Amino acid sequence: MRIRATFVLVLSAALAAPATAAPADRSKPPAIGSPRALKLPPVQKLALTNGLPVILVEMREVPAIEMQLVVKAGAASDPLNRTGLAAMTAEMLDEASGARDALAIADALELVGAELRTSCTWDATTVRLHVPAARFGAALATFSDVAMRPAFRQKDLDRVRREALTDLLQARDEPRRLASFALNRAVFGEGHRYGLPLTGDAASLAALRIGDLRNFHNKQFRPENAAIVVVGATDAATLLPLLEKAFGAWQKGGTPAPQAGDAAQTAGRQVLIVDRPGSAQSAIRIGRVGPSRATPDYHALEVLNTLLGGSFTSRLNDNLRERHGYSYGASSRFDYRRAVGLFVAASDVFTPVTADALREFMSELVRIRTPAKKEEIERARGYLAAGYAQDFETTRQIASKLAEQFAFGLLDDEFTSFVPKVMNVDAKLVQRAAGASIDTGNLAIVIVGDRAKIEKAVSALDLGPVNVLSVDQLMGPPPKIDGPAKPEGD
Amino acid sequence: MFGFTIAALLSLAQARPSPAPAPAAAAANRLEVAYEMVRLRNGLTVILHEDRSAPIVTVNAWYHVGSGRERPGRTGFAHLFEHLMFEGSKNVPEGAFDRWLESAGGNNNGSTNNDRTNYFEDAPANALEMPLFLESDRMAYLPQAITQAKLDGQRDVVKNERRQSYENRPYGMAELKLLEAMYPPDHPYSWPTIGSMADLSAAKLEDVTDFFERFYGPGNASLVVAGDFDAREARVLVEKWFDEVPMRAVVDPIAPRPVVLREEKRLILEDKVQLPRLYIQWPTPPYLSPADGALDALSAVLAQGKNSRLYKRLVFELEVAQDVEATQDSGALVSTFGITVTARSGTKLDALRAMVDEEIAKLRERPPTARELERFRNQTEARFYDRLERVGGFNGKADQMNRYFFATGNPDYFEEDLARYRSLSPKDVQAAALRFLGKERVVLSVVPEGRRDLAVPEGAK
Repeated sequence: MRIRATFVLVLSAALAAPATAAPADRSKPPAIGSPRALKLPPVQKLALTNGLPVILVEMREVPAIEMQLVVKAGAASDPLNRTGLAAMTAEMLDEASGARDALAIADALELVGAELRTSCTWDATTVRLHVPAARFGAALATFSDVAMRPAFRQKDLDRVRREALTDLLQARDEPRRLASFALNRAVFGEGHRYGLPLTGDAASLAALRIGDLRNFHNKQFRPENAAIVVVGATDAATLLPLLEKAFGAWQKGGTPAPQAGDAAQTAGRQVLIVDRPGSAQSAIRIGRVGPSRATPDYHALEVLNTLLGGSFTSRLNDNLRERHGYSYGASSRFDYRRAVGLFVAASDVFTPVTADALREFMSELVRIRTPAKKEEIERARGYLAAGYAQDFETTRQIASKLAEQFAFGLLDDEFTSFVPKVMNVDAKLVQRAAGASIDTGNLAIVIVGDRAKIEKAVSALDLGPVNVLSVDQLMGPPPKIDGPAKPEGD
Repeated sequence: MFGFTIAALLSLAQARPSPAPAPAAAAANRLEVAYEMVRLRNGLTVILHEDRSAPIVTVNAWYHVGSGRERPGRTGFAHLFEHLMFEGSKNVPEGAFDRWLESAGGNNNGSTNNDRTNYFEDAPANALEMPLFLESDRMAYLPQAITQAKLDGQRDVVKNERRQSYENRPYGMAELKLLEAMYPPDHPYSWPTIGSMADLSAAKLEDVTDFFERFYGPGNASLVVAGDFDAREARVLVEKWFDEVPMRAVVDPIAPRPVVLREEKRLILEDKVQLPRLYIQWPTPPYLSPADGALDALSAVLAQGKNSRLYKRLVFELEVAQDVEATQDSGALVSTFGITVTARSGTKLDALRAMVDEEIAKLRERPPTARELERFRNQTEARFYDRLERVGGFNGKADQMNRYFFATGNPDYFEEDLARYRSLSPKDVQAAALRFLGKERVVLSVVPEGRRDLAVPEGAK
């Protein structure tokens, strides 16, 4: 419904008649100043008496608080026969604590307008709370119950496991998830943690025991292995007594988490087609082992990726989407982790042009190793450096950046040095980084699509041996899920 | 003792003077987003909002045209046109829109729905003129730059967008099937915004100019410029770039157009999926009409959070469903209330339908509890705070101000909008269930190929 007649023109400023600007010159784009260094509000580094670090940023634009507890242990710590352990532990934190079950915990949080999320990456487990500042104290009690005193009840594990197995069943419908499973396996192999799904597979989920979760939590959720990040409408004098009360009883005494080791670089080129008959598009993923987050090439790689596939005007998107119309979009990224990482280039393309799109991918991956034009480097640097402030606008964004800084052990000046370091990257450094990290002779290529329509043309590209897997061969047979209850009325 | 404090070494860019800490009764906070609004001689409404908390600016343009304005044989055209808006204009060569903006550290996007098309450019504060130049150039001079090759190129891109979001996505075709059943064929919401492949193929170069002349005039648009600037200086810049945009047609709003179903329509769709999914949809009153907020609350009581009635019973306790969702999808002409439930293996959709119906019947008989409503109200209020944190992007402050302006004429409608929810009583929610969730509705079963036995039996009932 639109009421056009009621709006009021506010002309007060007009009466004060501001000077008119010079007429618009459309013959060239407006001049833009150089990127400014990032200015962050002060970051206060505090600690509780038990040593738990507290990282605080005051922001009072909105009366809300974002709090993140980050624990330096994630899926990379999973034993190979218990994959999914860290993810399941994160999932189970808010299922029960003391006498409260998942419903009572959710009720307490929802009643004060709080949002609590638990999650797990390869390198960290995080519990996030977002709540109006006036209700922070009320939500904090539930938060510490969830993070420090989860009950890990058998009946909850059984239920959450059935949900996770059902989710694995649904993954078989989704080309993107199938492609991700297949690429991880092709790049890292089944002998490396990164080659297996972060949330586990049917067999490992079935093998998880309550004792595994308790053990993981007991060893890793410790003040010497964690930090609390708080960003929002509070200050140290208000916050610290509350945190001391909530987390002060937490004792040191954990065991450092095992980390994922190095992975052998992908050797040669292999093509894997996951057959999904009737697919309207082919999901193409090209990957290899990538650098860790600690790489000294980090800023050069970010510039490199921005011009290869990390921005709208990047070569991959410009080629596959804008020039050829093969796709709705094409991209690439470096997924940095504490150990080695993953490089992946990706696009979902119209089935009949699968091989053509693959040829364009390969030609861009070859070309990225040759010197880039000055204009491209400048654009990528400007995009990253001048755009950097946009990553630090909200309480959630700043808290996530600080949590990442802690989890990866980055230096204090990581954020403030980003702009000058990026502006320092030139074509030579980009070329060197490309030479070290992108090698078209050694790649895994995964295509999830309709084999009957694409295999011949893909094979004719002669990229390497072409193997075909069915969805069953990739994922195993559909998991058997024992129900707890018979469906009503069935 | 509470440890030690190291004041950070980082530059001291403290934001504006801090407002007073939130009082204990959070409901006492009044939401206010200060703005200045002017109308240029060419009819363009300009809304300026200063937010100096981060060195960021955003330019957010709404054109008051969506797929609902499309003519037969050209479904999908409003969205295809949106794509062409990024392909350059008279003074912006092909590809330069994105290249110049990215060089300046900016980001952009656009989206189209039934009612409107929106665009934003987010940029560092010192680059404000870049988006103003780009946005004004295409508002004034788009068609001169549009060629057959650009049209063909974006046609292919949009067809791939459709494949990615519909054809190649599990349950992706359900939405298209639901629209056909919900609306009479002449209703502006009866075709999908993405359009049909045939109509996308049929779009011609002359359609671009026609559409531009009819719907993309400055009098049919509103521009929110928000972020880290002095409003008076920003206004001078806006006038510098937008004053020369020629006046074109102004379009009257389309009157709300209710939908009346006379029966329950049952449909079945087979798809490449492992699990069956049930969709139930009712036509409901438009955005901001009196029952709209009560229907939002009803959707929360049914399916938001672990204690919501459908989640608790179907997912948590009985484990007959993997997920459940309920939404009041509010439109300018009419809305849709929808419930979507994905079955677990072995559950028939008719069993889920029966349980959903029981829960609806309970809410028609008795209002929700005070606690259920309290949870909803407090969560809603918290989400309103969230929505004030980000200035740019989709659903950032500027985009919301344009949405409010389009719907009410008041860009700062935040407090009034929140008041709709604060003032709800349990009886309002019951009344909405009674009035709108009746037996006239659309029931769609999506089942794995060859498993129609899992569906709610077909045919009108």
